[in-house]
Amino acid sequence: MMNKLPDFIGGRSGLLGLLVFAALLLLVFPAAMNVDQLSLAGRFLAFGFVAAGLVLCWGYGGILSLGQGVFFGLGGYAMAMYMKLEASDGLPDFMRWNRITELPWFWEPFHSLTFTVFAILLLPAALAYLIGIAMFKRRVSGVYFAIITQAIAVITTILIIGQQGFTGGANGITDLRTLKGWDIHTDSAQVTLYYATAVLLIGVILVGKWLLSTKYGRILVAMRDREDRVRFSGYDVANFKVFIFCVAGVFSGIGGAMFTLQEGFMSASFVGIVPSIEFVIFAAVGGRLSLLGAVYGALIVGFAKVMFAEAYPQLWLFLIGSVFIVVVLFMPYGLAGLQENLTRRLRAYLRRTEEHPSSTPSPPRGTTSVGASNRPSQGEPDADGSLSTQEVRS
Amino acid sequence: MTQGVRRFLAGRGMALALSVGVLAGSAGAYANQDYPTDQVNTTGLAVTDDTVTVGILQSLTGTMAISEMGAVEAFRLAIAQINEEGGVLGRQIEYVLEDGASDWPTFADRARKLLRQDNVATIFGGYTSASRQAMLPVIERENGLLFYPTFYEGMEQSPNVVYTGQEATQQTIAALNWLAEEKGAETFYLIGSDYVWPRTTNNIARTHIEEVLGGEVVGEDYYALGHTSFGSAVNRVRLRRPDAIVSTVVGGSNVAFFRQLNASGLNGSNTLLLSLATSEDEVLGIGGENVEGFYSAYKYFMSLENENNEAFVAAFKEMHGSDSVIGDNTQAAYLGPWIWKAAVERAGSFDVDAVNDNLAGIELHNAPEGYVRVHENRHLWTRARIGKWNADGQATVVWESDDLIEPDPFPEGY
Repeated sequence: MMNKLPDFIGGRSGLLGLLVFAALLLLVFPAAMNVDQLSLAGRFLAFGFVAAGLVLCWGYGGILSLGQGVFFGLGGYAMAMYMKLEASDGLPDFMRWNRITELPWFWEPFHSLTFTVFAILLLPAALAYLIGIAMFKRRVSGVYFAIITQAIAVITTILIIGQQGFTGGANGITDLRTLKGWDIHTDSAQVTLYYATAVLLIGVILVGKWLLSTKYGRILVAMRDREDRVRFSGYDVANFKVFIFCVAGVFSGIGGAMFTLQEGFMSASFVGIVPSIEFVIFAAVGGRLSLLGAVYGALIVGFAKVMFAEAYPQLWLFLIGSVFIVVVLFMPYGLAGLQENLTRRLRAYLRRTEEHPSSTPSPPRGTTSVGASNRPSQGEPDADGSLSTQEVRS
Repeated sequence: MTQGVRRFLAGRGMALALSVGVLAGSAGAYANQDYPTDQVNTTGLAVTDDTVTVGILQSLTGTMAISEMGAVEAFRLAIAQINEEGGVLGRQIEYVLEDGASDWPTFADRARKLLRQDNVATIFGGYTSASRQAMLPVIERENGLLFYPTFYEGMEQSPNVVYTGQEATQQTIAALNWLAEEKGAETFYLIGSDYVWPRTTNNIARTHIEEVLGGEVVGEDYYALGHTSFGSAVNRVRLRRPDAIVSTVVGGSNVAFFRQLNASGLNGSNTLLLSLATSEDEVLGIGGENVEGFYSAYKYFMSLENENNEAFVAAFKEMHGSDSVIGDNTQAAYLGPWIWKAAVERAGSFDVDAVNDNLAGIELHNAPEGYVRVHENRHLWTRARIGKWNADGQATVVWESDDLIEPDPFPEGY
C-alpha cells in the first residue's frame, strides 16, 4: 500500500499530515461549529489559498510579494462582477448613481459564468506574468521586488477607488445575493460553500506539493539559496521565478473568488497593503515552508482575531500584534517549524529510550529555547517532502 | 446609579472592555404586566421581562475611531437617559458593544454576530458609507434594524435602516445655495478625501453648480484617506483663484489640510472655504485658530442656543468629561435610541416589522438640533445650518434654513 503512494505526498508523515488536515476541514469543523462559525472558517480558508501561494513563491522561491492582495482582488472582483450583473437588471446600482448610463465594455463578458471562471484563473496569472517578466528579467529581486509589489497594491487600490463608476469605489461591489439563481446567504448555501472551499483548497495544496516534489521544486529551492550558481549552471532563473509567481497569483485569485462567494461583497479593502501584509503574516505564523502550516496560520490568526475582538473590543489589535511579534521573534519557521522541531525531539527521545531503556534522558526543553533553533534540519525531508539538501541557510 | 458606576462607565477603555455595559443599575425588578414578554417579542429577540439588548457597532480602533467615538458616547448617553426614565416598554436597555475596526468586512461580520448570536433588538452604528453598505445585506437578510447616524451622500433607502444624519440635499445643496446667494460665489474648487462620500457628494455638487447655479467648477481633487500633504492642492487653489473652496476632506487629514492652508496665507479673512466634514470633533485637532473664519455646513453645532441643546451638552459633559466636544455626527447618533424608543412604544412591540411600521411620523421634541420628524423614506426632516468657526473651536451659526428640509435621498436630476 504505502510504497504505491506518489512521491509528492511526502511519505508516511506527509500522508498523516494531509489526512489530519482533511479530516479537520471536512469532518471536525462541520461537526464542532455552528453555521456562523463555519462560514467564518470558510472565509479564513479562502485566505488560506493566498497563504499557500506565498509558501510556494516566498518560502520556497524566495520571492517575497507584498502585493498578493492584488491577485486576491482580481479573482474576487471577477466573481463579484458576475454576481452583480446577475443581481441587477441591466445596470448595477452604483453605476446608475455615478451617472454611467451604459454598461462598460469590460463588464459585458461577465454575464457569462464560464468566462468568469476563466477570468478568475487567467487574469491573476496574466498580471503576475507581466509583473514577473518586467521584474525578474531585469533581475529585480528581494527587498526591491517586495517594494514594487507593494507599490502595485497601492496603485490598484487608488485605481479602484478613483474609478467608482466602474468599480463601486471604496464601497466595493456590494449586495451580491445569488450565483446562477442560487441564494448564497442561506445557511445551507454557506455550508455548501464551505465544503467547496475546503475541497478546492485541499486540491490546491496537492498541486503545490506535487510542484515542489518535481525537479522544478528542487531548482526553486536551489534558486532561493544560491541564485547565481543556478544561473551559472545554465538555467534561466527568471522564467522559473515568473512561473512560481504566476502559480501564487492563480492560487490567490481562486481564494478571492471563493471569498466573494461567501462574503457577498468585494471591496478595495482586500486589495491594498494591509491585507497583502496580512496574507504574509498568515504564512509566517503558520510556517512559510509548509503549505498546510500556512492554511493553519490563516485559520488561527482569523479565529484569534474574532475571539480577541469579542472579548476586548478596544485592545484586540494590540493582542494580535503581540502574537505576531512573538512568532517572528521566537518561531522563525512558524507553527509548522515548531511542530516539526518538537516531533524530531520526541523521536530522538524515543530512540534513545529504546536504545538505553534504563537511562532517563531529560525531556525536551520549553518552547523558548526550541524557537531559537527550530528551522528545518539539513538533509532531512520535512512534512512537505521536498526540503532537503538545499536547505543551507535560513 | 451610583457615582462610582457612572465614573467607571465614563472611563472609556475599562467600561468597553466588559463588552456588555449594564446601565440599568438596580432598577431591574420591574414587573411587566402591561407588555408581557411573549407579546412584545415574537421573533426571538434578546428581550426579557426587565431588559432589552441592543447592539452598538462603531470603529473603536483604526483610522476612523477618532470620528466614531463620539457616536458611541452619544448612544451610551441616550441609553442611560432612557433607562433613567424607566426604559423602553418598562425594560432597561442593555447594550453589546462591537468594534468594526475601521474595516468594512469586519462591520458585516460583527453585524451578523449581533443579529444572530446576540439577537439584538436593533443596532446603532456605522459611520462611513462603505461600512454601511457592507452591513446592509446582512441586516436586510436577517431582517434587523440599523440606526445609521452619519450625514451621507444619499442614493439609498433600505427598509431596515433609519438614517438619522442628513443626506446630500439637506447639506450639500443647501450649502452651495448659500455660497451662491449670500456670498456671490460663481467659481468653486472641490477638494475631498478619496472615497465614495466625497466623490458622490461632489458629483451632486458639480451638477448643482453647473446646471442650477450656473457657476463653474474650476478644480476637483481627491486625496487618499489619511493623506497629510496638501501642498500641491494649496498651490493649485492659489492658481485657479476660486470664489469658494468646498471641502469634503475627512478625519485626520483635516488637520494637515487646514494648517497647510494657513501656512500658505490662505485663511478665513481672505478665503471663502466651506467644509462639509469639519465639525467640533475635527476642530479640536486642527486648532480653532487654523479654521477661524472658515465655514461648515451641518444640521447641528454645539453652540446652538436652545433648551434641548443646553440640557444635552450639560448631560454629555457630565457623563463624558467637561472638556468633551460634540459634533454633528454625535448629535445625530444621540437621536437614534430616542427615535427607536418612540417607535417601539408606539408599536407596543420590539419586533422589527412592527417597529418599522411605526417609524414614519415619529417626532422628537427633545432633539438638541431642535425638532425632527421621521419621513416615510426613513430619513429625518431637518434644518440645514451654516456655522462660522471661531478661534475657540466653536462655531457661530450664521444661517439656518427657514424650515425643516424634506429628505430626498434620490434627488431628481443628480
